[in-house]
Amino acid sequence: MTTSTFFLAILVLSAAAYTLGLKRAMAVAKPAGGLSRLHSRPAHYATLTALWCALPALAVFSLWLALEPVVVKALVVADLPEELSRLSTGRLNLVYNDIKNLVAGNFLGTAADPALAAAAAHYRQLKTISQAALAVLVLTGALAGTVVVHRKIKPTLRARNQVETIFRVILFLCSSIAVFTTVAIVLSVLFEAIRFFQSVSPGEFFFGLKWSPQLAIRADQVGSSGAFGAIPVFLGTVLISAIAMTVAAPTGLLAAIYLSEYAGPRLRAVAKPLMEILAGIPTVVYGFFAALTVAPLIRSGGSLLGLEASSESALAAGLVMGIMIIPFVSSLSDDVLNAVPQSLRDGSYGLGATQSETIRQVLIPAALPGIVGGLLLGVSRAIGETMIVVMAAGLAANLTVNPLQAVTTVTVQIVTLLVGDQEFDSPKTLAAFALGLVLFVATLILNIIALYIVRKYREQYE
Amino acid sequence: MISTLSFVHSGAVKRGLQASGAIPSRFTVGDAAVQPTVGEPFSDQARMSCRQVNVYYGAKQSIIDVSLDIGRNEVVAMIGPSGCGKSTFIRCLNRMNDTIPGCRVDGTITLDGVDIYGKEIDVVPLRAQVGMVFQKPNPFPKSIYQNVAYGPKIHGLAQSRAELDEIVETSLRRAGLWDEVKDRLDQPGTSLSGGQQQRLCIARTIAVSPEVILMDEPCSALDPIATSVIEDLIGELKSQYSIAIVTHSMQQAARVSQRTAYLHLGKLLEVGQTERIFTRPRHPLTEAYITGRFG
Repeated sequence: MTTSTFFLAILVLSAAAYTLGLKRAMAVAKPAGGLSRLHSRPAHYATLTALWCALPALAVFSLWLALEPVVVKALVVADLPEELSRLSTGRLNLVYNDIKNLVAGNFLGTAADPALAAAAAHYRQLKTISQAALAVLVLTGALAGTVVVHRKIKPTLRARNQVETIFRVILFLCSSIAVFTTVAIVLSVLFEAIRFFQSVSPGEFFFGLKWSPQLAIRADQVGSSGAFGAIPVFLGTVLISAIAMTVAAPTGLLAAIYLSEYAGPRLRAVAKPLMEILAGIPTVVYGFFAALTVAPLIRSGGSLLGLEASSESALAAGLVMGIMIIPFVSSLSDDVLNAVPQSLRDGSYGLGATQSETIRQVLIPAALPGIVGGLLLGVSRAIGETMIVVMAAGLAANLTVNPLQAVTTVTVQIVTLLVGDQEFDSPKTLAAFALGLVLFVATLILNIIALYIVRKYREQYE
Repeated sequence: MISTLSFVHSGAVKRGLQASGAIPSRFTVGDAAVQPTVGEPFSDQARMSCRQVNVYYGAKQSIIDVSLDIGRNEVVAMIGPSGCGKSTFIRCLNRMNDTIPGCRVDGTITLDGVDIYGKEIDVVPLRAQVGMVFQKPNPFPKSIYQNVAYGPKIHGLAQSRAELDEIVETSLRRAGLWDEVKDRLDQPGTSLSGGQQQRLCIARTIAVSPEVILMDEPCSALDPIATSVIEDLIGELKSQYSIAIVTHSMQQAARVSQRTAYLHLGKLLEVGQTERIFTRPRHPLTEAYITGRFG
């Protein structure tokens, strides 16, 4: 029974169970004196029946998925000739893989060992038995659940409460998936980062001024000693994000004020979607724009002014990233400005305030939590942005705050460290996880600050 | 245009009357369209004078030929069924309707003899002279102090911090709020109760030293106790200001006002001394409304 046929079967069975439950509820309602005598609506009884058909089957299936490989492996290994089963765990896993490959029909390169062939046949046989057993168990579970509930349907059965409880549990499970995934990602990054810090001291990583994560492959190789001081990388991220926000924050906020307070409805109807298109452009296209248009412009402009600008610069990447972030800031700020109640505007106009006084002193304070939220969202976009920086800011980890020089960011370094074939026990690769952890902690702190600000102003202003 | 409008109005009136079933049969609808205002719309000591005011929202006319004075130290109550144009009318008096697209006002409205719709008039000082309190308390997202100081600051009424402090204290005292908030002036205005918020809005309006205060159903969002506090406050305020108040509560109109104006479908049907209006209304529709037969 493949997974898709299994789900199809469960679906059909529970549909049937639903109909049965509905009929049963109608049937018990009639002698009791009509549908109003039932504790719950007939649909609740039917749903309860369907759920008790599907849930045991699903439980059996997931249990089977988890246990079956372990059991099959144990049985196959137990049946192997002694010289094979006495191998170390690592070698045994290789042999077991060979057996599975034989079953799948993959060519192993050498003529199959007769012992392996026998084990493969054993494996195939166990699989067949397991499939049949699974089908029987699933069907039994579904039918048993249906029959039990079907029997229990009486006017007094509190079906609605039970259905609601089951759905509440399902909702809880779905929300915990998101939480557990986050926790799992954090833990996996954390453990790899800890492995990194076992070979490179945290002091060197957080305070070192030289970033050169190339390690010597041969002992006699020259100039690849490896240096993991991440300050230049952090500084590059901060520099580019700061340039981006310097562009995006004022432009986005002022654009939002114009659109929500001054622009006529017709202009607004055209301009707002146009600005939001900016947000839909793939970042790699922004990257072209930064690398091929803006960066050369900055270089020639810089040489006109007598400044030396490299062909890849933090300024180019930051400016284009700022343009990319404008729609985030403006769209969110526009929404919160529109959400400020008209009564506040009326009150201000009623006191003889002009439009600009009203905007500066009443609307912006009232909308501030939302505006701050939009800005911080923009900052986390800027910190996490990769493509524009790869294309326009270069890869060189220069320790500089000069926006005309090439810099690199945390995201770019993660990309370069993990591109290509990697060995996962060298500090070079593990450094990517340490950088990822820093990135995660930084955005986490930003979010906490954002929440704090929003809450503080909400207490004050709403 | 006019004939179409009056036809529409007569139809609506007729339906209303038939539904109520309480209007004397001698009253004919055709008369209502041409009848002038019954009673005493004019005042010897007029602060604001409105003559033949018409208000249009696009093609729809919502105020028809209203003439009314608001006298010195007087409270004028506007009553009438929902949608009769009470709010629209008082919003003309400080040109709040300017902010509504498609709204047009004609006729003349003067404040102390000056046409407030004149070409040379700027709405900013006008709205400082004719203040407004709204239906829902709408304190700004600022501290109590800053809420009151906002108007004086934007109009440059205070030369120093001490002067500003004084304006804030005086305004809060006049609004009867000082004793309740003097220890927490730095707390947000929104932390006050509904009735306190509305008194804060009144203090805010007083702070720019207006001559006329317009109140658009100032108590409709408040509980009876807060309402009676505001009503007492209105009684005190009239010694210094002229007040026009829109209200849905006839008891409130009777309690706070000297004159009452009854508006019906955009027309001012009757104006008179409040006591007279509520005891001996002359217009049959006024009588029908105040006796609760429709509206």
